[in-house]
Amino acid sequence: MSDHDYATLVREDRVHTSLYRDGTIFDEEMDRIFKNTWVWVAHESDVPVKNSFKTSWVGREPVIVTRDREMKVNVLLNRCRHRAASVCEKKKGKASVFVCPYHGWSYDPDGTLRKVPHAAGYPEDFDKSEFPLISLRVETYQGMIFATFNNDIEPLVDYLGPARKWMDLFMKQGAGYGVKTLGEHKFRFPGNWKIQLENTTDAYHFPIVHKTFLDSLDAETENVFDVLGQGGWVEDLGNGHSVMVMIPDLIDLEDNLDAPIPDRFAELAQELRDEGHDDATVRKVVRAVGGSGFNLNLFPNVACSMAFFRVLRPVTVEETEIMHVAIGMDGGPAAGNRERLRLHEHFQGPMGFGTPDDAEGWERVQRGAHAGEDLWIMLNRGVDAPAGVAEPGHNAGDVSAETGMRAAYQQWKRMMTA
Amino acid sequence: MSEALEMTATITLAEATQFIWAEADLLDRLDYKPWLKLWTEGGKYIIPTERDPADYAEVLNIVYDNKVMREARAKRLLSGFSMSSAPPARTVRTVSRFVVTASGDDFIELRAAQMLAEYKYGHMRFLPADMRYRIVRAPDGTLLLDEKIVTLINAEDYQFGIGYLL
Repeated sequence: MSDHDYATLVREDRVHTSLYRDGTIFDEEMDRIFKNTWVWVAHESDVPVKNSFKTSWVGREPVIVTRDREMKVNVLLNRCRHRAASVCEKKKGKASVFVCPYHGWSYDPDGTLRKVPHAAGYPEDFDKSEFPLISLRVETYQGMIFATFNNDIEPLVDYLGPARKWMDLFMKQGAGYGVKTLGEHKFRFPGNWKIQLENTTDAYHFPIVHKTFLDSLDAETENVFDVLGQGGWVEDLGNGHSVMVMIPDLIDLEDNLDAPIPDRFAELAQELRDEGHDDATVRKVVRAVGGSGFNLNLFPNVACSMAFFRVLRPVTVEETEIMHVAIGMDGGPAAGNRERLRLHEHFQGPMGFGTPDDAEGWERVQRGAHAGEDLWIMLNRGVDAPAGVAEPGHNAGDVSAETGMRAAYQQWKRMMTA
Repeated sequence: MSEALEMTATITLAEATQFIWAEADLLDRLDYKPWLKLWTEGGKYIIPTERDPADYAEVLNIVYDNKVMREARAKRLLSGFSMSSAPPARTVRTVSRFVVTASGDDFIELRAAQMLAEYKYGHMRFLPADMRYRIVRAPDGTLLLDEKIVTLINAEDYQFGIGYLL
C-alpha cells in the first residue's frame, strides 16, 4: 500500500475500519511504527540489581532487558547470533551469563559474546566481537525504560515532550518512596491493538461498561469514580501522546494532604498509625494509595493509567496482549502496598470487576468490524475543554472527547506515511 | 452411630469429594447465591498469578477474595450489567486426582486437579488448574470451605477475560 493510501485511511474525525482487520497494514505498522519509535519495555524496578533481567518485547520481537555489572540497562534481542535459538525463556530473575541451550554460546548481560564451545572448529580469523547479542538503543525517563531499533530518532525526553510533566505527577503515587512494580496481570483479547490504545483515552465508556464496578463501591468512592462529572478534560500532548484527566482533585497527590481521610482507607490509616508512622506519612501514603486521577497515553504501547502501567503488545492483526502492571511504593509501608494490590485486583486482570468487561467490549468491536465494506470508525466526539485547564496552545476537549484517539491516529498517519 | 459422634468425626475423603463435586456443580450452573453460603466467615478464595508464593496476601493475584469481595463478585456476575458475564460463557468442569494432604478432627486439606472447558462466541477454551482445598466442619455438622486456591496451569501467563467463577 502506498503512503497516499495510508493517508486516506485516517481523516480528522474518523479512521477506516481496515485499520483493525487488514493483515498487510498490520505488518507495515510493525515495521514503520514499532521499529521506528520508542517502545516501552520495562520499569527500572524490574531489573533492580546487577545481573537482574526481565524478558519483554519490542513489537513482535522478543528482547531481554538486563542490568549489567556496571548497572547499565541493556535491551538485547533474545536470539543467539549462531543459529537463532532464544537464549532466555524465563520471565525474570538473575543471571550473570546467558547460555544458548543449542550449542552453548554464552553471553554477558551487556550482550558480549563470552565463549564459544569447541572454538577450534572455527577458522582462525573468527572474531567473537562480531557476534554480540544485538543491542537496541535504550533511554529511560522516570524509571520507565524505552528501547528503539532506530538510532536516528530524537532522544526519548524530546519524544515524550509535554507528557513528561504527567509522568512526573504520576510517579508521586510512590508517596515519596519511589515507584516499584508489584506484579502483573496479563490477558489477551481477539482484536486489534489500536482498539486498546483508544480505550485508555476513552472516558465515555466508563459509566456504561463499568457499571458493575461502580455498583461494588461505597457511595463516597462511587462519587470519586464519577469520571464524567468532575470537569475533567482530554489534552493532546503531541507525538500521539495524550492525557485524560478524570478526577482533577487527584492530579497532584502531594496537594490537599490535610483533606479528611476517605472512609474506605480509614482502616489502612489506622494500621499505619499503629505501626508508628507519623501523621504526615500516613496522609501521604493514604492520599497516594488509590493512584492518580488521570490516564496518560504514550504512543504506541504504554499508559500510566491511574494506579498502574498498561502495556499493549500486538500479537497478530486480530489478537493483542495486555499487561496491567501493579505498582507500589519502593520501600514504603507494606500495609500500603498490600492495599494497592487488593485495589488492583478489584478492577484489573482477567477476573477483575473492570477488565473482563473492557476485553469483552474490545472483542465485540473486532467482531463488528467485520461487517460492512467501506465503513469508518467514528472519532468525532467532543466539545471544548473547561476554560483554563489545558496547557495554552494544546488541543483539548471535554473529558469524554475523542481528542486523545484523534491525536494517536494522527501520529499513526505521520509514521505510516513518513 | 449417634449424631454427636458423627459431628466430631474426621472428614472422610468421600465426604470431601462429594462436597467439592456439589460445589463444582453449583458453579457450572452459575448458582452463586448458595455457593456464597458454602464458606466460613474468614474463608479465602484465591486465584494466584504465580505458583506457591510464600504469602498470597503479599503478592498480586487474579482473585484474592474475602467474604465481602465474594459477595460483591457474585452480585456483579449475576447483575446482568456486566457484558463479560451477560450473556455468560458455558462451562463444564470436573475435579479429580484428589490427594489428602492434611486432616484432623474438624478439617481436611486436599489437592486436586480441575479440568474446565469454557464456550462462548464460538471459542472453546480449556482452563486446567491445580486445586487446593481446606474444608472444615461447622458446629452443626455441615462442611464449609475455609480456603480454595485455584492455580491455573498457566497462572503466570496470559489469560482471556473470565466472566464466571473457577
